[in-house]
Amino acid sequence: MMAAIILVCSVAFFLQFFVPYCRSLIASSAEHMLSAEVQDVTGIRTQAAGDDFARVMQLLMLCPDRPEDRGEIRAVGMYFRLLNVVKTAARRLTPSVLAWAERERGRCTYFAAVALDRRVAFSRDLLAQQIEA
Amino acid sequence: MPGSASYAILLLGTLLEALVVVCAVRRKVLKKYFVLNLYMLLCVFVSLGRYHILTHDGGVKSITYRYFYFYSDALLTIILYFGLISLYISVFEEMKVERYLRMGAIVLLAGTSWFSYAVVSQSSHRMLTYFAFELSQNLYFVGLILTYVLWAAVLKMRHTQALLVQLVLSLGIYFSAYAASYSLSNLHPTLYSYVAYMVPVIGCLLPLSWAYAFWRVPDEARLSPQRLAMAGSR
Repeated sequence: MMAAIILVCSVAFFLQFFVPYCRSLIASSAEHMLSAEVQDVTGIRTQAAGDDFARVMQLLMLCPDRPEDRGEIRAVGMYFRLLNVVKTAARRLTPSVLAWAERERGRCTYFAAVALDRRVAFSRDLLAQQIEA
Repeated sequence: MPGSASYAILLLGTLLEALVVVCAVRRKVLKKYFVLNLYMLLCVFVSLGRYHILTHDGGVKSITYRYFYFYSDALLTIILYFGLISLYISVFEEMKVERYLRMGAIVLLAGTSWFSYAVVSQSSHRMLTYFAFELSQNLYFVGLILTYVLWAAVLKMRHTQALLVQLVLSLGIYFSAYAASYSLSNLHPTLYSYVAYMVPVIGCLLPLSWAYAFWRVPDEARLSPQRLAMAGSR
């Protein structure tokens, strides 16, 4: 009984920390303006829809890996999956939570688009260095 | 002997712990977050010690390894506890309550030690080892509660330093993930073998997120914690 209470409390605490942590990662990308190329490829201008996340992630995986953003992309990917669960659970219960989850999913997509933008710039730099060499 | 996966996780964790200190030195925040970095540095030495015992003294089931594991874990937990208190001191810096925080921390540590002793003295022959284990477990729980209170204080006081916010949240994730995994194994002992693999992975999360914070988040970066909390949706 005690272990069950501790488990429930610690999962609740975990979510209380994990959600703001992921939002702090996403917050850094919110101010970033997407380049024209990435806007064209993804169709995202200033706001993104949660349903585009998988598509943007596929584009992201086509780009050369940047070790700097690997961890944060994984964390935001986990957060996105958690939001999918919340969205499914909240669909019939609370519309306000559903709207919140949808907004957050959109932010995750925008974060992925920013990561894509940075990877494109990274690849371009790599190519330029190779040409110079 | 543990499998190659365990060695890989141990190696990864050790590298990440070292990376935290390197990133803190590069960012020139070593002095500011000294206790946190001291904890990571000690983690590196403890990991090396554990690796040495694993390879030279009979592996994970040897008595030497068990003693070393529990005593070093208790020591590291105490250092991490003081690391958490140092974050409290940073958050409450402007209120000039450092002395009271230090006193409170020592009283709370003494209280936790006394409670651990009281639990162990009733039921154990090998008291010192069980005391180390009990103290470590209780301090994890105290750490979780204190981190939650600290996060509430950050929200209440509208503390905007992004680096500090990420350090606190990472610590909260680490403590709560540990607490969840231990309670899960208590609830379903059959899951213990899975939890035994999960614990070192969780152990890698803290150095990973701290290394990221020291590496990528500038000391002067600001964000609004209210916007990060679950209730503040926009």
